[in-house]
This record gives sequence, C-alpha cells and structure tokens, in this order.
Amino acid sequence: MRYAPIVLGVAAALLTTSCSLVGDDDSGGDPAERVVLVTHESFVMSKDLQKQFEDESGFDLVVRAAGDAGALTNKLVLTKDDPTGDAVFGIDNTFGSRAIDEGVLAPYAADLPEGAEAYALEGDDDHDLTPVDTGNVCVNVDDGWFADHGIAEPQTLDDLAEPAYKDLFVTPGATTSSPGLAFLLTTIAAYGEDGWRDYWTRLLANGAEITQGWSDAYEVAFSQGGGGGDRPIVLSYDSSPAFTTDGEGGTTTSALLDTCFRQVEYAGVLAGADNPKGAEALVDFMLGHDFQAALPDAMYVFPVDGSVALPADWATFAKQPEHPYTVDPAEITANREAWLQQWSDLVSR
Amino acid sequence: MTTRRLLTLVGLALGPVLVLAVFFVLPVSAMIGRGFDEGPRAVLEVLGRPRTRRVVWFTVWSAGAATLVSVALGMPAAHVLHRLDVPGRSVVRSVLVVPFVLPTVVVGVAFRLLVRGTPLDGSALAIVAGLVFFNVAVVIRVVGAAWESLDARPGEAAAALGASPAQVFRTVTWPALRPAVVSAASVVFLFCATSYGVVLTLGGLRYSSVETEIYLLTTQLLDLQAAAALSIVQLLAITALIVVVGRLRRSPDPTTARRPNRARRPGRGDLPQVVATVVALALVVTPLLTLLAGSLREDGTWTLANYRRLRTVGDGNALLVPVTDALVTSLRTAVDATWMSLLLGGLIAVVVSRRSLSRAERGLRSTLDAFFMLPLGVSAVTLGFGFLLTLDTSSRLLVPIAQALVALPLVVRTLVPVLSGVDDRQRQAAASLGAGPLRTCATVDLPVVRRPLLVAAGFAFAVSLGEFGATSFLVRDEHPTLPVVIFQLIGRPGSENFGMALAASVVLAAATALVVLVVDRLGVRSLGAF
Repeated sequence: MRYAPIVLGVAAALLTTSCSLVGDDDSGGDPAERVVLVTHESFVMSKDLQKQFEDESGFDLVVRAAGDAGALTNKLVLTKDDPTGDAVFGIDNTFGSRAIDEGVLAPYAADLPEGAEAYALEGDDDHDLTPVDTGNVCVNVDDGWFADHGIAEPQTLDDLAEPAYKDLFVTPGATTSSPGLAFLLTTIAAYGEDGWRDYWTRLLANGAEITQGWSDAYEVAFSQGGGGGDRPIVLSYDSSPAFTTDGEGGTTTSALLDTCFRQVEYAGVLAGADNPKGAEALVDFMLGHDFQAALPDAMYVFPVDGSVALPADWATFAKQPEHPYTVDPAEITANREAWLQQWSDLVSR
Repeated sequence: MTTRRLLTLVGLALGPVLVLAVFFVLPVSAMIGRGFDEGPRAVLEVLGRPRTRRVVWFTVWSAGAATLVSVALGMPAAHVLHRLDVPGRSVVRSVLVVPFVLPTVVVGVAFRLLVRGTPLDGSALAIVAGLVFFNVAVVIRVVGAAWESLDARPGEAAAALGASPAQVFRTVTWPALRPAVVSAASVVFLFCATSYGVVLTLGGLRYSSVETEIYLLTTQLLDLQAAAALSIVQLLAITALIVVVGRLRRSPDPTTARRPNRARRPGRGDLPQVVATVVALALVVTPLLTLLAGSLREDGTWTLANYRRLRTVGDGNALLVPVTDALVTSLRTAVDATWMSLLLGGLIAVVVSRRSLSRAERGLRSTLDAFFMLPLGVSAVTLGFGFLLTLDTSSRLLVPIAQALVALPLVVRTLVPVLSGVDDRQRQAAASLGAGPLRTCATVDLPVVRRPLLVAAGFAFAVSLGEFGATSFLVRDEHPTLPVVIFQLIGRPGSENFGMALAASVVLAAATALVVLVVDRLGVRSLGAF
C-alpha cells in the first residue's frame, strides 16, 4: 500500500508520456519536397485548398502561423540569416517596406492576375512582394441606432469630433492592433504631419474610446457587436456590413467610405529559403482563381484578381471606397516609431 | 562528507539546470544580445527615459496592490476551504482555479461587459481587480495545501492555555504558514507584473506595464535595444524579489509537524473568514457567469446553438480544425507539460529544500532556487522570439516544454515549503535504520508531499491548458490549442463566431474545473489511507 502512489505515479507517467506527440509528425521529410509558409495568426487556408496545392505542385505544404502582421515581419527580420520557412504571406503595406529594406525577401516577379498590378507596393521595384488580397479599414456605423435616435449618421473624420457624436465612437488602439494602426495612418493622411495630433486631441476630447484590439471594440463596445455594447460608431472593415445581415435582405450596419485606409497583404519568397521553387509555386497558387475566390470567406478580404466573383452578401453589402487614404510605405517605415510614440503619449495622458 | 553532499546536490540539479539552460537562458540571452548589437550605451540610455520610469512604476504598484488584495482575500478563503467543513468546498475550490486558465482576451471581454458604463471601466482599479481575479486561486491553493496538513495540536494547546484566537494565529499558525504565504505572494506578484492582456484590455491602453511595453517594442517597433533594456529590468527585479522573499521566508525552525486533519464545522468566530471567501468567490464567479450567459444566448433567446457549433469550423470556415479537436490537442499537450514540470519541479524542490550544512551549500541551493523562478518574470514575447532565434521551432515538443517552464516555478513553490517543513532528523533516522535514499524519500518525504504534489499537478495542468503567451508564438497551424482557437474566433466578424468563442471558453473552464476537482478527490482519498 505504501508504494501504491509511487507505482501509480510511474505508471501514469509512462502511459501518458509524449501524449502530444501521438499522430503524424510532418516536421520531418526532405526539405526539397516540402514548402514551409510563415504567416500571421489570421491566415486561413482550407484543407481542400492545401491539398489542391500539394497535388498540383508536388510539394508538401507546412503552415506556420503566429502573431500579427507586425510580429510576423519583425520575426522575419530577426531570423533573416536562417529563415524559418520558404515563403511568407501576410506582410501588409504598413510593414512591407521594412521587410524589403531589411533584405528579408528574394525577388520573384509572378504573373499577376487582372487588376492586381494596382496593388503593388510603392517602391518595390525588384518585385520582392506580390499582392494577394486587399481590404479597407473604415469607420462603421449602426444604422438602426441613428434612425432610432433621429440623429444623422456621421460621414467624415471631422464629424467624429463633432459634439453631436460625443461618446459614440470606439476604436482599437494603434499600438496594439493593425486596424488601429491603419486608422492612425488614415488621420495622418487626412490631416498631414502637422494636423493629426490636433485631430486626435479633439477626438479624445469628444469621448472616443480606445480599446486593445478589434474584438474589444467591435464585439464588446459596438452596439451591433456580439456583446451588445452601447457605442454606435466603431472602427472596422469595409466588409463588416456583410456580416451583420438582418435576414430580410438588408444589413444593420454600413461603412463610411470617406474614412477608409487601404490595406494590402503580400506574399513573397524568403531570401535564403531551402525551397525557393516551392515558395514560388505557392505564391503563384495564391494568385490562382481558387485561392483568390476563397479569400472573402476565409480571411474577410477582397481578392486582388478583379475577375473573381464575390460571395452574394459581399456583392450586395461590402462596398469598397473609390479613393481610400494611403500613406507612402517608405514614409511609414521612417516614421512609425515616432508616430506611435506620439500617439501613445496623447492617449495615455 | 560535505563534498559528497555537494556532488549529490549538483547531480540532482544537473538535469533541470540543463533543460532551463537550453530552453530559457539560451533563447532569452539571444534576444537580449540582439539589443546589445550596437553597444551597451544605447540600452542604458533607454533606462533613463521618463517613459521607462513611468512604466516600471505602474508595473510595481499595480502588481503590488493586486498581490496584497489576493493575499488578503486568499488567506481567509484558504482557511475556510481547507480547514472547515463547509458544504461543497471541493467544488468551490475547483471553481476558484478556473480564471487561472482562461485566456485573458475572453475574460477581458466578460469583465468589460460587467464594468461597462461604471466608473470602473478603463480604470487602474479595474486592472487590479482583474489581476486579483486571475491570481487569487494561487494563494488559496498554495496556502491551503500547507494549512490543511498543519498539526492543529500546538494551536489547541495554546488556546487551552488561554490564548485568544488572534494570539494563536500570530504565535502558532502564522509562523508555520509564513513560508507558504510568502511563496504564494511572490508567485502572484510575478504573474501580475508580467500580465499582458489584463492591463491592455481592462485599462483601455491608458496604462503601460513593462510587459506591454516589451510587446510593443518587439512586435511593432523592432526597437530591440529598448526591449533588451526592459528585459534586463525584469530580470533584475525578479532577482531582487527572490532575495527579499528568501529573507522573509527564512524562519528559525522551518520544521513543522504535519498530519492529516479532520475538517471541523464552522463556528461563529469563523464569520469574517467566511465573508472574505464569499467576496473572493463573487469576484471570480460573476465574470464567469457573464461568460456562461453570453454563451447560451443568441438573437435574444436561450439556446445551445453555440455549443453545437463547437464541432464545426465556425462561420465562413473561421478555423482549420473544429474546437473539439483543439480541446483534444490542449488536453494532450497539458498531460505532457504536467509530467515534465512535475519531474523537473520535484527534483528542484528536493534539492532546494534540504537543510544546508555549510555556507557554500546554502549559497548554491538558494542560487538554484532563484534560477528556477526566472521563467515567471520574463516576458513571453522575449522567450517566444528567442525560441525562434535559437531552437528548431518545427519540433512539436516545444509547446509542452514552454508550458512546463511556465508552470515550473508554481510546482517548485508549492512543494518547497512543505518539503522544508520535514525534520531532517526523520530522514537521518530512516537512514540509520538502513533505508536507502529512495526508500527514505518514499517513507519520509512522499507521504508529506503527496497532497501538495497533486495540487502542483493540478496547477501545472491548468497552466498548460490556459497558456497563451508563449504558445501563440510556437503553436502550429494544424494543431492549435484551445486558447489559440478561442483567440482566432473572437478576432473574427460574425456573431456566430463570437458566440462560439464564449462557448469554447466555457468548455475550457469546465474542463479545468473538472480536472482540478478530480485531482482534489484523489488527494482526499489517499490522505485517508494512512
């Protein structure tokens, strides 16, 4: 009896040892036959598409997803002497020029589908990055709330700082969220290097709420979010109205198309990759019709291929702005730290 | 004799030290080393910035306040739940551990749904409340485990001689409990000081702690010098804390007689403690109930739809694997992480807790003790990026190892106070009667640590189930753990995905509570066996 606990303990340890290792291990294999994709945590590629790529190209696909676009880029910069994969997906136009400057990528000029050329990164003359998808970060409003309260919906960035919309706006923070950073860049594009701090001061004085991430803003604070919050104006995406359909042929929210910042996500071949051919095949596959067509449902973004049909709700409710705000990628890279530091000081005052 | 003792000591410690060297020291020093690429001057300059001072100060006071409140609520609750015969106490004990494993992104949501519209929203008070919510269980369980097996007779004798309950506590109970309380408080402080999600979610970005600052500097700004400077601040702070704690923990006679106690019925004098327990319980249960209610509602009606969806991959294929698969991955990983941390933690605890015969030996033991606390105080982002720089991240073993490292200090801190309480003369007596070292361990140490060992196992399992920080840097797309999946779900549009995230959190909470409950039951039964 006295030894029973020891025996039990040893038996239990032996029985469960390496529990998490049970199952197929895909980390092995010949590096020439597999292609490793490094990407961010929001990356979704269905099992069917993965299989299709493997069948068509003859390579095994290994996906390593972690962190957001910023963490992804910085991770690649840190490991550029010994890259952790062959291809990358998810570097966006706010981090693209850092990745290029740091020499993380190898040039690859893929055959772009119709319309995709417009999304190429400014200053990427060597074709380090290939545009795959695009989407806009826009202010969204709860249409029903404004109808019920008899208040006109806001239209512009300036409106958000008006007393009529006091305590109604919520946005994720620029230092902790990539849509939040995009909104900060929107204001920098709209008000210039000299005016954006003043705009934010007015915005904060008008009761704008800053949250950590998109989900805190949309799901908790926004009146049409899952948590039933109390703020009818939120920073989200141009595609968001396609997810708030009311089941009667309409949607309960809309995006303000004069407040948008364009985000583009890129794929590329990593410099020093073990399998550059496989990486190129993967980039090509991402530009192909099937991957492009799956993008809206998988990652809530628009395909760069203008000829691909959108899902029905998207075609009806996800309106894209014609003239979104943009900031030169090189300028973003040069000023990001200063802008974020200044923004952070404004917010935490 | 002394040399031989020292050699045994080194031999026992060698395995754990090597593991920690490879999986902790190497990655972290690689990251800090990157910060020094342009010389130490740039790093030192960061330390002088006013912003750095502000961030450090906020970290210290918020973590300190949260630790004090956790101890103030946790001590009485430990007494009530581990010494008194109150109905449903094992259920209450396991419920209290639940917050410990929930991903902060979900609890943040639940917490904010509660405080919205009150002045608490976005205040420093909300941050402290959140930190207490997550960590009060550590105090209750670590102190409770020590309190439960504390010999009641000296206290009874003092009372019979006319001591008031307060006097009994001060002169008899407190000195015996102090090592456990100090241990628990130090762990809670480190958890609070390195908390990321609570500070940002509940503070609404108005507050920055050292941890949130390191995240920002590393993942967004790639300012490795500043990140290295703050990592060094963290390391120095932990070292200082461990030295202070070591002093506080030292008592003239660490040996305590331990025996199983029969829980007594609560009397009128226990009322204040019962009240404190109810307060702690309310603090923990209210956000959990918000979570539960949210998971059961859809379009204004009560439904189980969100739970049925857990077998799917979410609205618009939000996930690669169904939530149920992720739960299985989580449980498997947790089993591995648990035996790893128990094995390493057990060895360390044995090494650290034996009485030292010489100064050199004592120095060596306390250095080792401090060394194994380090993983608690270092930022998950530093460790995660360091892994990428130094290790082959394709290995599937990395996730359980990283989680075991996070749980390790908790295991050590649970075992050490109890093991140091064993009178060394008992071991000597066993040895002189002819027992070998293993036999001595089995007959003298094991009966005493069996219960704390189970507590530690429960903790390690819970920590592994809920670990998100380091895991999110390592986890593979094909085999995500449950917290990672919950994080993915809550970050996607569509109310169905939000509902699923809440339901998945409830499942995670239930799985944890169940495991802790079973562990508790096992412990009680084996205690009754001798």
